[in-house]
Amino acid sequence: MRKYHLQILCTLLLVIGAGLFLYKALILHYPLSPDTQTDAWLLEYHPSFSAKGKPLKLSMFIPKSTQQFLIMDESFISRGFGLTTTYKDGNRQAVWSIRNASGQQGLYYRAVVRRGNIGDTNEKIKPPELKLSGLEGADLEAAKSLVADIRAKSADTESFLSTLLKRLNETGSDTNISLLLGKHPTSLKQAQVAVQILSEAGIISRVVFGVILEDQSRNAPIIHRLEVYENRNWKSFDVITGDVSLLENFLPCWRGLDPIVQLTGGERLKTVVSVARHQEAAVLATVSGAQITSPAIVKFSLFSLPIETQSVYKVILMIPIGAFLVTLFRNLVGMRTFGTFMPVLIALAFRETQLLWGLVFFTVLIATGLTVRFYLEHLKLLLVPRLASILIVVILFMAMLSVLTHMIGIERGLSVALFPMVILTMTIERMSIMWDEVGSYESVKQGLNSLLVAALIYGVISNQIVGHLIFVFPELLLIILALTLMLGRYTGYRLLELKRFRALVD
Amino acid sequence: MLEVVKKLASLGIMGINKRNADYISVYNPRKLFPLVDDKLKTKILAENAGLEVPKLYGVIEIQRQIRDLASILAPLTDFAIKPACGSGGDGILVVSGRVKDLFRTVNGQLLSLDEISQHLTRLLSGVYSLGGRPDKIIIEYRVQFDPVFERISYLGVPDVRIIVFQGVPIMSMIRLPTRMSHGKANLHKGAIGVGICMASGTTLKAVWKNSVVEEHPDTGNTVEGVNVPDWQKLLEIASRCYQLTGLGYVGVDLVIDKDKGPLLLELNARPGLNIQIANRAGLISRLKLVEENINLLNTIEDKVRFAREKFSS
Repeated sequence: MRKYHLQILCTLLLVIGAGLFLYKALILHYPLSPDTQTDAWLLEYHPSFSAKGKPLKLSMFIPKSTQQFLIMDESFISRGFGLTTTYKDGNRQAVWSIRNASGQQGLYYRAVVRRGNIGDTNEKIKPPELKLSGLEGADLEAAKSLVADIRAKSADTESFLSTLLKRLNETGSDTNISLLLGKHPTSLKQAQVAVQILSEAGIISRVVFGVILEDQSRNAPIIHRLEVYENRNWKSFDVITGDVSLLENFLPCWRGLDPIVQLTGGERLKTVVSVARHQEAAVLATVSGAQITSPAIVKFSLFSLPIETQSVYKVILMIPIGAFLVTLFRNLVGMRTFGTFMPVLIALAFRETQLLWGLVFFTVLIATGLTVRFYLEHLKLLLVPRLASILIVVILFMAMLSVLTHMIGIERGLSVALFPMVILTMTIERMSIMWDEVGSYESVKQGLNSLLVAALIYGVISNQIVGHLIFVFPELLLIILALTLMLGRYTGYRLLELKRFRALVD
Repeated sequence: MLEVVKKLASLGIMGINKRNADYISVYNPRKLFPLVDDKLKTKILAENAGLEVPKLYGVIEIQRQIRDLASILAPLTDFAIKPACGSGGDGILVVSGRVKDLFRTVNGQLLSLDEISQHLTRLLSGVYSLGGRPDKIIIEYRVQFDPVFERISYLGVPDVRIIVFQGVPIMSMIRLPTRMSHGKANLHKGAIGVGICMASGTTLKAVWKNSVVEEHPDTGNTVEGVNVPDWQKLLEIASRCYQLTGLGYVGVDLVIDKDKGPLLLELNARPGLNIQIANRAGLISRLKLVEENINLLNTIEDKVRFAREKFSS
């Protein structure tokens, strides 16, 4: 029985894994390769805050469908909160409220954004009214003199605006502008002042906030642009450059000057906005296209997780692949590496640093660590204090490296912080012990082996198709598990043993 | 490449995967490993069972005991100091005599008591133990190896490694220290491995750094055809180690002292595979033969007789 136990287990895993995979691929037509052409994104707002046990109200601007983008499948996740959505000054707003809440709270707003092909609907835009600038006294005088000055040097609204934006960006050159912008002008303040000056000039304008729809952005920045009403249409400008070109992937979310979230009755508000290209959209499109009433497997998928968690799992699901490759290298090839799974973690770090920089940083860190380790050897320290000292030096050096590379403008240097430093420390310790016991050659050889394995693993796990397959078809991991189990009973020769026992063949 | 695999398989050469999956994980229960990973435990176990081991002079387990070092060493002129959980012969200090207050080691160094104490402190902190765990120190009898080996070893003590499978000695070799191995009997460090014919106890051709050699590289004497003394007794001791520890697949390391005869040095629950190169023979066929006949082999005598009959080279 024991003899067949493993075989039965592996067969079972293979059948389930392959079965689910084939079902999803052939019958549900899940895409087998990443579809970067899908014009659908998952947008998520995640405000979190701590409540103080008092009545609490949180209002948040949420996007509405525009000519370019359709907002679909909205969901609001809020336990125990009352929710209303309202329109306010043309913006959509979700308002959560609760009588009594305490402790850390988190809310979610999630929506699928699709590029709409509504085109020109010739929808009549109601001419907006010119609002008063609200400037008074010295500010009003400064604005008026600027308007007169710029008007004299411009021909139409567009050139007026571009001259204005240029002037606003040259801070310190003009006392009027310095007065209006205040001491520490931000680009938002610039936009606000621009709106005020434009209104003094009789031009209707407003600030628009939105996000860029990207492939994957865990903390998407909210950017703002200036919109000017002209010829019965709103035209959008970049506040810094005055660029009029319409950003293709810019999703306008709300207009005005209010922050995205306003909170009363709570504190320590933090809002995370995430954007991810929506693979599920492609998946679901095919599913619904095939007229299948969505089976439980579709619902029970990684796509149901919040985007932030999804991006985490995109990385985590790569670890089994790495572990499997390590097993291959160890038991089939016979390559020894420092720390069994160290190459997997290094390979994950390479994902952030890119291969070349990763190799450079790794080598530099290990070399530094080894130097320190050899120096500490003279002091005859006990084991744990010695390891701790190396760890501290490695981290200090990493920080130095980040600052240094940042100063000379190599942004990749920042990602060095993602190296698993505890693992690095253990690697340094093992390498130096091996250096002493077996010799420098063997030690460096094994170090290079580890690096080579890490680079090969990186090559596999950074492959887009592999990433897509594992995320869309996580059942493939069952097949990986079955193969790993089978390797566990592989009793044949390792590749390097053939070389080792070469003398016996001749 | 497939050719090589076929050839190795036909010779019955065992690879690491097979050793680990089919023998160590099957015949060596994990809970027994501490018995052999700690040389002090092995020594006490063997002594209680009446096996000859190098006499224990003293044990140092904690730092403050090093103060008693002078009194432990006082009656001794020569002795060996070993870490209990060391591997590959690292950290071993062998003192062969005294010069006034100083101790003379076998490789000609002169050390003061303070210097020896410092070495002990290092050993205690686990510099040479597996995984760097704090270690114990054994101070024991210094083996005076049998003159038979004088011509074919350099500096250190040659030892006999016998692989024992369920009490049946199946393959053996003698490991000769060289200048390259710094007097250590460790093949990875450049010691020579010489296979031994199980039937007669005479040495076969030697293997040095994975290739066949005829002579000892330092002394220039031929290593083939040397009769290992007390061969029957060596095999009997090795065979008894199965009952002693319960480990089904074990490497037994012995030395032959010129006065006291065969002494048990240590046991290894994961014995290496280079012994196959030294014997130019594979382990698998021998292991199979034992597995088929084990029910007929009840006593030590049976097992040793079986080994001498079946495994001659």
